[in-house]
Amino acid sequence: MAEPMKIRATLQVDTADVRILMLHPMETGQRKDAKGAIVPMHFIQSVVVTHNGKNVLDAQWSQAISRNPFLGLRVKGARAGDKISVTWTDNKGDKRTDEVAVAAQS
Amino acid sequence: MNQLRRTFLKLSGAALAVGAGLLKSGAALAATWNKAAFESKAVADALKNLGAPNLIESKDITITAPDIAENGAVVPIAVTSKIPNTQSISIIAEKNPFPLSSTFDIANGAEGYVSTRIKMGETSNVRAVVKADGKFYTAAKEVKITIGGCG
Repeated sequence: MAEPMKIRATLQVDTADVRILMLHPMETGQRKDAKGAIVPMHFIQSVVVTHNGKNVLDAQWSQAISRNPFLGLRVKGARAGDKISVTWTDNKGDKRTDEVAVAAQS
Repeated sequence: MNQLRRTFLKLSGAALAVGAGLLKSGAALAATWNKAAFESKAVADALKNLGAPNLIESKDITITAPDIAENGAVVPIAVTSKIPNTQSISIIAEKNPFPLSSTFDIANGAEGYVSTRIKMGETSNVRAVVKADGKFYTAAKEVKITIGGCG
């Protein structure tokens, strides 16, 4: 099973600043291992971010996203305690969902 | 003995069914994932497959990226679109083997802003394509790469 994501959602006035760090190898299918065999493609294809159950970002990715992908976005009209949920799916069908509550401005 | 064989057959049958189910869900995913655009090797083809052959240059799109990135495997890119009703943002590294790196569909109050990290094979323009009200806008910024990140 995939490693948990690190998600931070901080409120800036009325906008939630969401930062997500996923742990994934993101293999391009172009790299060769020590024996010269091509390492097969393995990358996150789709990332869905929801705010209180409503889709705010629906991302489609290729293998050109860096290893251990970072994703940042801003959600308007958010309040402290709102739920931000992130789900990714990779090209092998593996999935991971994590959820955080929006933290108040510190 | 025969009984065992029967159980085995039943089990393998079930495994096959599960396998088929997996394949099916894979196909469903591929339908939403824009395979044609992501597998395009030329920028023009990628744009065509995105449904955006004609682009309007816009100053309302800001690409935040380093002028020189030492490591092509990790190039931080942020795109801000001030165009009203921004629906989607795509990031294209023009000289990558497969130029289209990502498409972000924005809805329900998310701002016209995304930030991520991409791999770049060599020095090239990074182009952002923004869809707003059915029209496509674009802006580009050159990023110099010291060590390529595709190998």
